[in-house]
Amino acid sequence: MDFFREHLLSIITYTPLVGALVLLLPPFKGQDDRVRWFANGVAVLGFLVSLPLWFWFDREASGFQFVERGAWIPSIGVSYHFGIDGVSALLILLTTLLGVIAILSSWTAITDRVRQYYVFLLLLQAGMLGVFCALDMFLFYVFWEVMLVPMYFLIGIWGGVRRLYAAIKFFLYTLVGSVVMLLGILAVYFHSRTVDAFKGTGTFDVTEWYKFQLDPSLQFWVFLAFFLGFAIKVPMFPFHTWLPDAHVEAPTAGSVILAGVLLKMGTYGFIRFSLPLLPAALGQTLNFWLWRPTILEFMVVLSIIGIVYAALVTLVQSDMKKLIAYSSVSHLGFCMLGMFALNPLGLEGSVLQMINHGLSTGGLFLIVGLIYERRHTKAIAEFGGLASVMPVYATLTLIIFLASMGLPLLNGFIGELMILQGAFSANRVWAYWAVSGIVLGAAYLLWLYQRVFWGKVTNEENRHLKDLNRRELATLVPLVVLCFWIGVYPKPFLAFLHKPMAHLAGIVNPERFGSQAQVAATAPVHGAPSGAAPPPVTMLAEPEVVPEGGRPH
Amino acid sequence: MNALMEMPYQVVPFLVLALPLAGFTVLALFGDSIKRGKPYETTGAGYLACGTVIVAFLLAAWSVRSLLGLGVRAEDLRFAQPSLGWPPGDPERWPLAWISVGGLEIPFALLLDPLSSLLLLVVTGIGSLIHVYSLGYMAHDEDRVRYFSYLNLFTFFMLVLVLAGNLPLMFVGWEGVGLCSYLLIGFWFKKKSASDAGKKAFIVNRIGDAGLILGMIVAFHAFGTLDLVDIASNAGSLTPDRLGQVGAITAVCLLLFVGAAGKSAQIPLHVWLPDAMEGPTPVSALIHAATMVTAGVYMVARLAPLYHASPTASVVVAVIGAATALMAATIAMVQTDIKKVLAYSTVSQLGFMFLAAGSGAYGAAVFHLFTHAFFKALLFLGSGSVIHAMGGEQDIRKMGGLLKKIPVTGATFAIGTAAIAGVPFLSGFYSKEEILAGTLGAPALGPLLLGVGLFTAGLTAFYMTRLFVLTFLGRFRGDLETEHHLHESPMSMLVPLCLLAVGSIVTGWHWLIDVPGFLQPVFRLPEAHVHHVGWLMPAAIGVALAGIAVAAFLYTLYADVPARLKERLGGVYRVLDAKYGFDRAYDAFASRVVVGGSETLLWKGIDTSVIDRAVNGAGEVTAAVSRRVRLLQSGVVRGYALVILMGTVAILGYLMWPR
Repeated sequence: MDFFREHLLSIITYTPLVGALVLLLPPFKGQDDRVRWFANGVAVLGFLVSLPLWFWFDREASGFQFVERGAWIPSIGVSYHFGIDGVSALLILLTTLLGVIAILSSWTAITDRVRQYYVFLLLLQAGMLGVFCALDMFLFYVFWEVMLVPMYFLIGIWGGVRRLYAAIKFFLYTLVGSVVMLLGILAVYFHSRTVDAFKGTGTFDVTEWYKFQLDPSLQFWVFLAFFLGFAIKVPMFPFHTWLPDAHVEAPTAGSVILAGVLLKMGTYGFIRFSLPLLPAALGQTLNFWLWRPTILEFMVVLSIIGIVYAALVTLVQSDMKKLIAYSSVSHLGFCMLGMFALNPLGLEGSVLQMINHGLSTGGLFLIVGLIYERRHTKAIAEFGGLASVMPVYATLTLIIFLASMGLPLLNGFIGELMILQGAFSANRVWAYWAVSGIVLGAAYLLWLYQRVFWGKVTNEENRHLKDLNRRELATLVPLVVLCFWIGVYPKPFLAFLHKPMAHLAGIVNPERFGSQAQVAATAPVHGAPSGAAPPPVTMLAEPEVVPEGGRPH
Repeated sequence: MNALMEMPYQVVPFLVLALPLAGFTVLALFGDSIKRGKPYETTGAGYLACGTVIVAFLLAAWSVRSLLGLGVRAEDLRFAQPSLGWPPGDPERWPLAWISVGGLEIPFALLLDPLSSLLLLVVTGIGSLIHVYSLGYMAHDEDRVRYFSYLNLFTFFMLVLVLAGNLPLMFVGWEGVGLCSYLLIGFWFKKKSASDAGKKAFIVNRIGDAGLILGMIVAFHAFGTLDLVDIASNAGSLTPDRLGQVGAITAVCLLLFVGAAGKSAQIPLHVWLPDAMEGPTPVSALIHAATMVTAGVYMVARLAPLYHASPTASVVVAVIGAATALMAATIAMVQTDIKKVLAYSTVSQLGFMFLAAGSGAYGAAVFHLFTHAFFKALLFLGSGSVIHAMGGEQDIRKMGGLLKKIPVTGATFAIGTAAIAGVPFLSGFYSKEEILAGTLGAPALGPLLLGVGLFTAGLTAFYMTRLFVLTFLGRFRGDLETEHHLHESPMSMLVPLCLLAVGSIVTGWHWLIDVPGFLQPVFRLPEAHVHHVGWLMPAAIGVALAGIAVAAFLYTLYADVPARLKERLGGVYRVLDAKYGFDRAYDAFASRVVVGGSETLLWKGIDTSVIDRAVNGAGEVTAAVSRRVRLLQSGVVRGYALVILMGTVAILGYLMWPR
């Protein structure tokens, strides 16, 4: 038991990996049903081994928990360092749950090259879990890139008609981002080699990086490098155009994982790395000739454009998957806005909304997948009147739609309210803009619902569609239950976030939330000691350093 | 005082809530098998739905009676709330927290005071009658199990709205009733018009909700609490820090009023309510006349001290209310669909309520809400009975002379018409008189508001009489077959009509029920706000009778005059018939500007033509360069990735090489 507890994170991460490797063994060759049973078993096991996090994670403690640490490549300061805080704990649980659901949803949808399909899905799962666990930047980057490859193949092999275009676009887009991010990582790494404690080897350990007092101009450039990597992943406007293509072409399980977890990599990156490492970058000024915003303003403006612009574009889509993909961009804009409100409420709302989006948008893609499997089309115009043919499906869909719209007693409302409240405290105008996303969210989803589910059955092919079977119910019902749970009683989820977010707010906004930070900073590994606190960044402050020609592109 | 802390007072409101929710849960989970089962099972589903609401009404009546017996005064209201939390019995232990984060403490707390108990009785009482009526009205609809489950769910959410102790919890009910309204307007979702109307109602309400959400956020920011009693009782002595006191209060009031205007169909968000008549008629009676649409009025009254503290916001509320009342009344004069007339009449009457609330006469507003719930539910159910008899026909030009064919419906409809028209000694007369008197207390524009109110009262009498005359008097103008099938409705429909008719008469009698007096402690305002002017009552009676007389003459003795007027005043008539063009303007805005602009400018413009072109262009440039140096390039993406990775490793290796 002790071994299990001490290596919990590794066990969680490598369970799918081992499962993938086992699937490569000869007994599974050509045995599609055996492969399916086994892959589902591995996914369920992966979820079960992650469940102890819910019970064992100490919500009152600050700092990282379940830490595993060992040397890996000591000569260049690379260590095997795993550890989680409340943010990563929730995201890991989300990942393992969506893993089960995604794999279960593929049972009948995938009939071609079944074994490879499940191998890639499990590899993807391992990569994502590693990203959330890693506290060493080198390790993080390895998992970050590992994740990319299976997704590329999932889209490229089992995708729709334009799958190759979408896969390559997805791959190149994100690769460009991550390579630039790597430059940022290296810049901090080389700085670490100048720090006395790590003379000669330097370190990739993020918890050590937190203690550095990086030069503001270095922070500025590293922020921009990280920004490109993470913003493409989120995706933030204007780096979002890979997402609709990738979603439209990806198989259902790929879309569920892509929307549910992969996009959270970007937001997670901002919360784990950009904000705590580079708080001084936020107040510095970018120069776009006529418009000279601080980085903070720039981030907020992009988030708000994302919310409104993407919601408007969502409105006019004629393909269900594309519609939901654009709605994701809008929802993720909310997450980013809450985050850059830089107060505990906004930050907590942002993380909660990441989970919410994973549940509800994951559910939305499942819903499209279910009907796609029956009709092999996602065009909205092909449907109509499904509510009378498939009442159970229609009801569950409505609930997920309402969750996504942010109706109270469902999860989206809590997240949106917290984000808006946080944004309002930071700057009233932000909240006024963001609230329009709520109206548009109802508009595009209700319009979609009307066109697909209401009206008469006009297309003969829809007249005899079967309602959901038990397996399909088993994929949707857990999501619906969780949507209600978070909506009615979010406390257990938010309990994960109080400590880390209060601490983060203290770092990025020390003037208003600094005292909380010092309480939290007593933990040895987490965060800067009070003496080495980063320079204060006031909200929307005048720039401290204006780098020459500071353009992000 | 401590009597309220005893067990039953704490448990009963929760029980009242639980009953319709339980009914809904049973019907929703087993609805499908009930529907496929024997006929008596579907009937049983209806009885179950009725039963839960009736028992809820009895419980509510019992607890309200006890509340009355305790003699509630203003200072007693405060403690009613925490003691109603969960778990019961321990006021110190705050009830089950719903949201508790960053200073935002929102418990599942209920609030039972005279205002909420009055609404509680209306919702469960009139709700019971309408449930029973639905047994008859929906008897032949194959989806009636679904219908009753929605109706129960609606009752639950409406009770949450009414009993909520804080704004976010009220918002739960607010959105919940909106959802049920959407589902019930679109109940016959196979009809395009019904599904359009449902969607429109939801989206227009969502605009209001955006205001409401912002209002809550500003309120929390300014006052540090969202508790309704705290906000109301401290409104006078608030010490908000960031927005400046009066500014904050005005901002909160106006933002919340956006929400109220959405839900209660006030200009410019009134457009959804007339369309909502696509739903089954009992739904129109329950949701779109008696209960849900009055939620905005309820909220404003609930926060009376806050609105009282902001004259600006109050004047806005009063002016919007008066304008809506007038506009809707003029439109109602030319409608030919029996339900549409009643719908515009509802919009108009809601305008009256806001006129009162904005003028500071909150008691009058809720009084009218109360009486209106009876006579408007009566009128809608009556119209349902007419439609039932007419085999689905709703055009009043094809009716006439129905009084002899369906006498009970006709007689009760007459009572409802008289009540809303303001005939003396009926309920509507008293509440409307109270509103007109209250307008003089408005922070500004008092005489103007009074004038509009009086004029609109005359119009109300006119269009309602027109409706009654065209429907029930004269000779039948429909076809023979319809005439042959005309029949009085079953008892399950007639009994509710009769009970509501009694209510429409007696609910205004002060010596029986003194609604404004009963409510007075809730508003925490000095009583000096009703200016009774001697000539007002004769004037009110005068305009009502004049309206009735003119309509009666025009549509019975001089039936050719309306047609001639229509010709003579073609322009005016067209404006009214087009409902002042709101719908057309909104449709044009939604389809041309929002959808069209998003499609051409944003999606095909920015997304495809600029961003994606740049992305693909970068790819094409790379490809073009690659063609030149193809000896080095394999053209396989994996190869590219490998090279990039190798390059990275090489740089890393170089830099980290020990020197």
